[in-house]
Amino acid sequence: MSEMFSSYILEVVQIVILLAAAPVFIGWVRTLKCWFQGRTTAGIFQPYRDLIKLFHKDIVLAENASWIFRITPYLIFGFTVLIGAIIPVLSVDLPLSSTADVIAIVSLFAMSRFFTALAGMDIGTAFGGMGSSREMTIASLAEPAMLMAVFTVSLASKSTSLSQMAQVIAHGDLVLRPSLAFALLAFIFISLAETGRIPVDNPATHLELTMIHEAMILEYSGRHLALIEWAGMMKLYLFAVLGIAAFFPWGIAEAGNLIAIPIAILVLAVKLVLAGVGLVLIETGLAKMRFFRVPEFLGSAFLFATLGMLSFFMLE
Amino acid sequence: MISPFTLITTSLYIFFSVVILSLLFSRNQRLLVYSVFPLTSFASLLALIAGIWIVQYGITESWIILMGLPDLPFHIRLDPLSGFFLTLIGALGFIVSVYSIGYVKAFIGHRPVTSLAIFYSLFLAGMFMVVLADDAFFFLISWEVMAAASYFLVMFEDERTENRRAAFLYLVIAHIGAIAILLSFGLMAGFATGFESFNGYTFDAMRHASFPPHWAAVTFFLAFFGFAAKAGVIPLHVWLPEAHPVAPSNVSALMSGIMLKTAIYGIIRVTFDLIRDFPWWWGAVVMILGLVSALLGILFALQQQDLKKLLAYSSVENIGIILVGIGLSMTFASFHSPVLSALALTAGLYHTFNHAMFKGLLFMGAGAVLHATHERNMEGMGGLIHRMPWTSALFLIGCISISALPPFNGFVSEWLMFQAFLLSPALPSTLLNFLIPMGAALLALAAALAAMCFVKAFGVTFLGQWRGQHHSEIHEVDWFMRIGMGMTAIACLCLGIFPTAMIRWMDVIAAGFVGGELSESAGAFGWIWLTPISHERASYSGPIVLLGLVGIVALAFLLLHARRKTIHRGPLWDCGFEKVTPRMQYTATAFSMPVRRIFGFYFHIRERKESKHLLDHKAFIKSIRYTLKTRDRFWGWLYQPVVDASFWISRKTGKLQKGRIQVYLIYSFATIILLLVLLR
Repeated sequence: MSEMFSSYILEVVQIVILLAAAPVFIGWVRTLKCWFQGRTTAGIFQPYRDLIKLFHKDIVLAENASWIFRITPYLIFGFTVLIGAIIPVLSVDLPLSSTADVIAIVSLFAMSRFFTALAGMDIGTAFGGMGSSREMTIASLAEPAMLMAVFTVSLASKSTSLSQMAQVIAHGDLVLRPSLAFALLAFIFISLAETGRIPVDNPATHLELTMIHEAMILEYSGRHLALIEWAGMMKLYLFAVLGIAAFFPWGIAEAGNLIAIPIAILVLAVKLVLAGVGLVLIETGLAKMRFFRVPEFLGSAFLFATLGMLSFFMLE
Repeated sequence: MISPFTLITTSLYIFFSVVILSLLFSRNQRLLVYSVFPLTSFASLLALIAGIWIVQYGITESWIILMGLPDLPFHIRLDPLSGFFLTLIGALGFIVSVYSIGYVKAFIGHRPVTSLAIFYSLFLAGMFMVVLADDAFFFLISWEVMAAASYFLVMFEDERTENRRAAFLYLVIAHIGAIAILLSFGLMAGFATGFESFNGYTFDAMRHASFPPHWAAVTFFLAFFGFAAKAGVIPLHVWLPEAHPVAPSNVSALMSGIMLKTAIYGIIRVTFDLIRDFPWWWGAVVMILGLVSALLGILFALQQQDLKKLLAYSSVENIGIILVGIGLSMTFASFHSPVLSALALTAGLYHTFNHAMFKGLLFMGAGAVLHATHERNMEGMGGLIHRMPWTSALFLIGCISISALPPFNGFVSEWLMFQAFLLSPALPSTLLNFLIPMGAALLALAAALAAMCFVKAFGVTFLGQWRGQHHSEIHEVDWFMRIGMGMTAIACLCLGIFPTAMIRWMDVIAAGFVGGELSESAGAFGWIWLTPISHERASYSGPIVLLGLVGIVALAFLLLHARRKTIHRGPLWDCGFEKVTPRMQYTATAFSMPVRRIFGFYFHIRERKESKHLLDHKAFIKSIRYTLKTRDRFWGWLYQPVVDASFWISRKTGKLQKGRIQVYLIYSFATIILLLVLLR
């Protein structure tokens, strides 16, 4: 009984970390970016201040906004937190971790995207529709690559359940598997597309013709916008921890081992710091590409994942 | 004494008496509508109960009915597969009949609905008989009843040329398919008891047929071709986007929801029950055709502006997904892995059921929109969510389900399908190990494009602002139609949340055909967890996803509303332009433009831009006219040559007709001489 109780406590701890750490992670990425580009920073806690400001503001809603528009921020937030509760971040054994395997997690992200795209079309401005159309196009091209990457990773662990994957890799010998290296490369490409980072989308832009994600949420304000922004921050964090759980799980706590939890938190923090550095290196090194170059970008992600699969069959 | 058999025969009696009833009531159209459709819904309900009963207890029974030709009595057989399809047809037949009360009522005063009532019940009866039949003779008669009745239903509004054209095309392709099925049955009967006797026409005899080498493949592919023509597998799909949109919407719901599924029934029956022994490459061919249909179907669907045409193309996609499941199951079965084969077959059958529910819902929703706005073109709609709150909410559920998003039902079947794909490394063939994952990737692409397609369908139709001219009379539909759509929506949610119960119920089908069972492993951790093969392999829990989501959303909502914030309504942001009109919204054509550009090769695109200038200078544009025609290439590649050739032949033979009696007498004389010489 006490073991079950402690695992539920762990679940709550993980959600709290998700809610708290996601803004800091974004803050860290932005700070790093400022350093790289020689600008002064606003500090890694600026996203908190932004969120608090938005939560205190009133909402201005377009006259013809329907209930879809009003419910979407809550749904996006709900789906993102739910995913955060499912991905094994601190321990391989969480009560909710078998709620969904990787494929289902990807579909949960797809569900929140579905509603974002609908909300973009709800007001009836050209920007919203443009954003929805582009977002859905990119998402549909990313999907096959994502499935291929999942497939390649699941070949090694014979499972699509994240706990199982993390366990197998954490316990296996520390060898460089070519299949996993290719899958990781594909996963990074896909994550950049899914989270709307450079080179696919620029999260900082509000330039009419280039924005994708921002175009869909252009009409939001107040707490609605705060929820969406927060969920966006969590999404980046979640893709980072998804990659960590699938490719670098070392340091994650074993089932029922509560003493390892503080170490797991520490290790996670270090990994996230490094992930932020990697992301900023990519984002500063590349320019945003034209929308119709994105298919090639995602096509190469698919190619890498396929190469990973082939190398598994041939080499391992 | 109530048994499945009595239930289903009662149901058929009701359908046939409804035909007579509608003739009697044709004077009083209102009475006709209020008596016919409740009766057909009751009859469907009986069949539904019979179907659930048969599958639940795994009943297999057969009867001989002394009807038909003297020496060729009809054979009827109830087994889990036919029980499953009885349930499917019964469920959607019941729901759509309720919906039809409201929908057909609107025709009263505009046109007589007697023929609609008659062929509607014949159509349902035909579909029930198809899945009951246990001999080729009865099967083909039922098949033709179904085809002919649906032809007349498509022809219902026959004053329009496009309806007549669509119905004719449908009839032609349906009959080319029927001929192939007939030939296939003939081969099976021949190899069962010899080509001289008639005894081989029962399915029971065909089960014992022994095929010479290669003839089994001929038999299978003839049957597959015939059923594929009915199911709308690419490239035999051309009739579908013509016929479904022009039929009355309740009929489109039935045609797309369950009539296409009778072809799936036929494929499963012939493959797993009658032929049984098949090499792996048959499965591979079925799977490849399924993938082609899935991908091209959804790409074509994305290019449509007509809401019902979009749904019709999306049916092509879903039939493709079902075939992928069946093909995968065949491949696994031929390598003797019963559990994997059962998983793939269950995924295919599950998707069959799901598709009936959400496509029924979507066609009923499209019917509701058509009923309210008299508009099928999405470019003229928009903002209906404000006028039709019920329809839009229910239509949204259909859109989410068909886009394979959790926690609704489409997700469960596609997830099962992906699990089956991911288990393919267990196969001993290296070639298949490489190729099958590619199929999974294509399926993922199709699923993601489906989500895009239905964001477009819902977004353009229901969201934004009204784009058309008059919209003062747009209103919500009546309660019959809302209840009809509501029942399918509830079914979509339940099938998504309680998959273990469903799999446990239908497990007997796969167990009977491929010898593998899922119910042990799938429900090993209770009804909350779906673990198709094992807990370590993969798991999914619909109830927890739903509860977790509702919990978090409710919590966030309550916390944020503890301090009341005022919501100001204001005009939408127009970038300071001040003259924003509804016509400046993103259109359906614009929405699908990226896909048109990326996958342009698959379409036949004709784009024209004409601009008029002031002062004959291109800098001063007075008006721009943009036309875009997107068609799928198959019509030009496959059908247009046949059409041209038949016109050419008929023109040439037409020259024989001189209109003079002497010439015709010479023709007859020459024919007789020729026959006498040849057939001495």
